[in-house]
Amino acid sequence: MISANLLAIFYLISGILFILALRGLSSPETSRQGNLFGIIGMAIAITVTFLSIDNFTSGFLYVILFLLIGGSIGAFIAFKIPMTAMPELVAGFHSLVGLAAVFVAISAFISPEVFNLGTSGNIKLASLIEMSIGAAVGAITFSGSIIAFLKLRGLMSGSPITFPGQHILNLLILISIIILTYFLCLNQSPNFFWSLIAISFLVGFLLIIPIGGADMPVVISMLNSYSGWAAAGIGFTLENTALIITGALVGSSGAILSYIMCKGMNRSFFNVILGGFGGTDQTSNKTSKEQKPVKSGNADDAAFLMKNASSVIIVPGYGMAVAQAQHALREMVDSLKKNGVKVSYAIHPVAGRMPGHMNVLLAEANVPYDEVFELEEINNDFANCDVAYVIGANDVTNPVAKTDPQSPIYGMPVLDVEKSKSVLFVKRSLSPGYAGIDNDLFYRDNTLMLFADAKKMTEDIIKNL
Amino acid sequence: MEIDPFIFRLSIFILSIFVGYYVVWSVTPSLHTPLMSVTNAISSVIIVGAIIASLAGTNLSVFNQSSIFGFLAIVLAAINIFGGFLVTQRMLAMYKKKKKDKK
Repeated sequence: MISANLLAIFYLISGILFILALRGLSSPETSRQGNLFGIIGMAIAITVTFLSIDNFTSGFLYVILFLLIGGSIGAFIAFKIPMTAMPELVAGFHSLVGLAAVFVAISAFISPEVFNLGTSGNIKLASLIEMSIGAAVGAITFSGSIIAFLKLRGLMSGSPITFPGQHILNLLILISIIILTYFLCLNQSPNFFWSLIAISFLVGFLLIIPIGGADMPVVISMLNSYSGWAAAGIGFTLENTALIITGALVGSSGAILSYIMCKGMNRSFFNVILGGFGGTDQTSNKTSKEQKPVKSGNADDAAFLMKNASSVIIVPGYGMAVAQAQHALREMVDSLKKNGVKVSYAIHPVAGRMPGHMNVLLAEANVPYDEVFELEEINNDFANCDVAYVIGANDVTNPVAKTDPQSPIYGMPVLDVEKSKSVLFVKRSLSPGYAGIDNDLFYRDNTLMLFADAKKMTEDIIKNL
Repeated sequence: MEIDPFIFRLSIFILSIFVGYYVVWSVTPSLHTPLMSVTNAISSVIIVGAIIASLAGTNLSVFNQSSIFGFLAIVLAAINIFGGFLVTQRMLAMYKKKKKDKK
């Protein structure tokens, strides 16, 4: 048994180690050390919690047992999961944090005396509000993440699901949550507590179904943020510094990522959350353009162009992840480099289904991270580059975003792919991208369309190099 | 006059939001995916609450209504802790620099 003061100091140390874990991610060199700090912080938090328990019941053995069960499941998943499945893994993990928060809140509501929060039916008002917030946000995180997981995994259609009166319904539910919390504080009836949790589950579900597949980077970041606020809510209930610090860190981290992702699409956070973007109802404006001439080529042409180029910029997108083309891509780049071609990669902030998705896939394919550049770093280089190789990206290269104020993606920062001498655009068909609009780039004189699966085309190019 | 301990916790909370704000802005965009997985892992420090909750039972009845939720939360949080840190480790191990230095 250690004193409460010492315990609080140790929790503070864990919190600081978690800050250092995030700080380490400012560069890949320090990141591995940062992760180690995170692990040490967690080990300290768990160990001192064990030491703080004064009466060792047989329940203690079960704690260890369940810890090991969960730990082995987690370790198994971590080693088995392919890198392309990272977005759904993160969504899945968020749902677990949310549900854990709900469970801890339920437990605290049933036996408040264990946490020194008063007695059942007579819980301290502040604690009751804190645990209601923790439980509600946790439940929203859980059901929202489950929907995000199903959409990312392809078990549920990625297209937005909307119905009339959706926003009004959501608003009414949010108001009812506040009313329920109020009544819960008045008479502490378990019925209100259970209804609060049930309704929160419903909110998470309703909040995510109208949001389409390519807006997932925002959704995942937002749920990341929610999981943090849920943890902070529980931290206040349990009066635990480590949990409060961590919740605040994770909450602000997710909020910043959401902001970066929204900025990458030039859309406001509310525009994304209200959903419905990228539906199929925007097909009208594409029919008129389909007669325009398109130059299409084969792997041989592409290989010839790139072999004779002095610099090539690769623009990967979600299509590369779907086709698992990252390894083939790196082989292609290796052969190009042998021919003396300078190659770099350009990554748009919202490429893929989660922040940094493309970077992880390229890293997996052994692409050195100092050849990979962000939009602002590389955008001026397109003007001096011979070939831009667009693989699996679409909307993020559309010049319309710069020229046509009528376009739904107008103002979105795009990669200036059209400025390079020639553009190789790997795509299966001329169909519009997620935003439902035609890509002007297809019809440019300097664009050569390569109609094929991203991986197959890249492999064919390697053969021709 | 005495200050409610809640105010102290609130101060920690708000200061941590600021720390988080500045620390996360300095995270390089190429590491945003590991950032998400590691924040996932650390937010599972909620396991400390789960451990306390699960020991609500007595020697005679380890499992009661309240402790069962605690045990369930331990399993969920442990999946996240081990899964989160290990998958982050796996990702970070892949980030390599160019072998021959050019610049």
